[in-house]
Amino acid sequence: MAWQHKDLLGLRGLSKQEIELILDTAAPMKDIIGRDIKKVPTLRGKSVVCLFYEASTRTRTSFELSGKFMSADTVNIAASSSSVVKGESLIDTGKTLDAMGTDIIVIRHAASGAPHLLAKHVKARVINAGDGAHEHPTQGLLDMYTIKERKGRLEGLTVTILGDVLHSRVARSNIWGLRTMGAEVRVCGPSTLLPPELAATGVQAFTCIEEALEGADVVNVLRLQLERQKKGLFPTIREYARQFGLNQERLKRCKSDVLVLHPGPMNRGVEIADDVADADFAAIEEQVTNGVAVRMAILYLMMGGSGSGAVH
Amino acid sequence: MALYIKGGRVIDPANGINKIADIKIEEGVIAGIDDFAGAITAADEVIDAAGKLVVPGLIDIHCHLREPGLEAKETIATGTRAAARGGFTAVCAMPNTKPVCDSQTGVEFIYNRAKATGLVRVYPIGAITKGSDGQELAEMADMAACGAVAFSDDGKPVPRSDIMRLGLQYAQMVGKVIISHCEDPELAKDGVMHEGYWSTVLGLRGIPAAAEAIMVARDILLAESVGAKLHIAHVSTARSVELIRQAQWRGVNVTGEVCPHHLALTDADVEGFNTATKVNPPLRTDKDREALRSALNDGTLTILATDHAPHTAEEKACEYNYAPFGISGLETAWPLFWRELVEPGVMTLPSFVAAMTVAPAKRLGLPGGTLSTGAAADVTIIDPEYTETVTLENWQSKGKNTPFVGQTLRSWPVATIVGGRVVMRDRQVIG
Repeated sequence: MAWQHKDLLGLRGLSKQEIELILDTAAPMKDIIGRDIKKVPTLRGKSVVCLFYEASTRTRTSFELSGKFMSADTVNIAASSSSVVKGESLIDTGKTLDAMGTDIIVIRHAASGAPHLLAKHVKARVINAGDGAHEHPTQGLLDMYTIKERKGRLEGLTVTILGDVLHSRVARSNIWGLRTMGAEVRVCGPSTLLPPELAATGVQAFTCIEEALEGADVVNVLRLQLERQKKGLFPTIREYARQFGLNQERLKRCKSDVLVLHPGPMNRGVEIADDVADADFAAIEEQVTNGVAVRMAILYLMMGGSGSGAVH
Repeated sequence: MALYIKGGRVIDPANGINKIADIKIEEGVIAGIDDFAGAITAADEVIDAAGKLVVPGLIDIHCHLREPGLEAKETIATGTRAAARGGFTAVCAMPNTKPVCDSQTGVEFIYNRAKATGLVRVYPIGAITKGSDGQELAEMADMAACGAVAFSDDGKPVPRSDIMRLGLQYAQMVGKVIISHCEDPELAKDGVMHEGYWSTVLGLRGIPAAAEAIMVARDILLAESVGAKLHIAHVSTARSVELIRQAQWRGVNVTGEVCPHHLALTDADVEGFNTATKVNPPLRTDKDREALRSALNDGTLTILATDHAPHTAEEKACEYNYAPFGISGLETAWPLFWRELVEPGVMTLPSFVAAMTVAPAKRLGLPGGTLSTGAAADVTIIDPEYTETVTLENWQSKGKNTPFVGQTLRSWPVATIVGGRVVMRDRQVIG
């Protein structure tokens, strides 16, 4: 099976087979990351531009290294140091990159749907690296990869997503991806940080963390964007930590072999306790490594690679 | 020399007429409706309207012509050409131009420009508050005296209840209607689409339905308390409809209008992030759409308007969050309303025609909306069988921001006559 789409804009609408293709392709990619010489010629002569309109360390670096490990030429553009500050539109920026022979544009943007707009106007393939509160498909995929690696499966698992679901693109990509793969998804957070009509997406919504954690196989803790408190969406960070912070005591409600994930960067002591973040049952650093593997898989597949093909 | 419109189905709700007949127009006025066979001379002009509907010229009480100040989006010349192509013989221009039409000078400017460049009649609506900033009343009496037909801060609400009450009282004094853009600004803040399932899926900031209904309730209570005439612009939610219906039962002088896009689309159409679907109030749910239909069916809502809001292509060619609100609506209003209201039997043909002619005219006290003998000969001819695919090729408005491109619609205006002068014929604008 080969990748059929021009772009990767979100996990909503991807089939189980397509998600499996990416996850299966990521496994041999992870082997490359473990080698002394992390370089294969697979994407030699291909160009990848990371166009980031929002600050990012891990996602941007992860994409950049993914490309470099496969010998692609990678370029980073931060909007703050580009023609964007001169008022250039996203479409024009995209067309400029297109005209330079870019094969793949990886875009992060604060506005939901920005990658869709770009994809409509460029010949290059577009990968969504996070758009507003819409989707962050590669994060969703790396979360699923990590779960599958630890648990051996996705189907039938109960995954609780905890925190600011309203503003979280990670939550949305997780919801779509995990549901497609047959997992049961719960979301939990203060009612002011839960978007409306969540149930219609096929998840269960909770405002009581104890109920949300009962019997969970996986807990995916979202980063609390602290500026939300300044906007009055919840009373205090202290109260949030007391009501919704994940700690060892609360984790006892989950399955004994619970897996804890966090997309980072973490607010230790707020949404996640120190001793949870650093415990063996947490896979937060592994997620970062898997992120590179998953992104290598996506770049490879989008450049015409076949899931069954060898990577040398 | 006379102009005869021969053999069409003449529907004039103002006079209870619904029959196959001829219309005779002389010197710019309706000379009569009857069988004029044999009266036609060689010098006369005849329009064959067999198989077509002949109705009073359509009147849009809610559009944005953007002039002065925002001519890149639209001018009175282009906006009225779009109106003519859409079958409208008269339009009311909202005051949110640059500068805002909040003085006698502004009203006179619009009349003068319309006289010089307009293809159809233009009636200015004055602002309720200076600069539409919601703080101090504009010179409403002066504006009324020189021809402002109503008052509105459309584009935004009047946030302060005390100012809205003063505006209603003052408008009542000068015999005019207040047209209210109902939106709680704090609840709607930063929202770009309806708050619901689709805003959750798309990760876009939602505008709750309550943001509209809260203001509808407030303005109804204020209008009721001072005995003023209130018209709710672009009603979009089921709860707003309920509030208007209840107020009418109590005898409050309140009316409301519905726009084509709120009937033809829902928030599900935002999927894909097409900025042409970004409109304020936003596209709502199926349930809201059904409530609007019911309200048009039972007569709670009696007026159909376009909220024609043209923008430049550049302004809309951006991320959804950053695009301006608005759909360019004059040119597709009739066939969209037809598809949503007439074909499914939501409105009878006479009541539908009334909602686009006599009802808006009566509400704002405008001339027109009737084919009475002696009235100005503003007439629209519709071919209910004619189908056309919406393209931007012949689009007259500068605003190409329509989500209906590519849709094949049935029933289109094929002639527009203003004061006896044909300004659109066979879908081509003349003049």
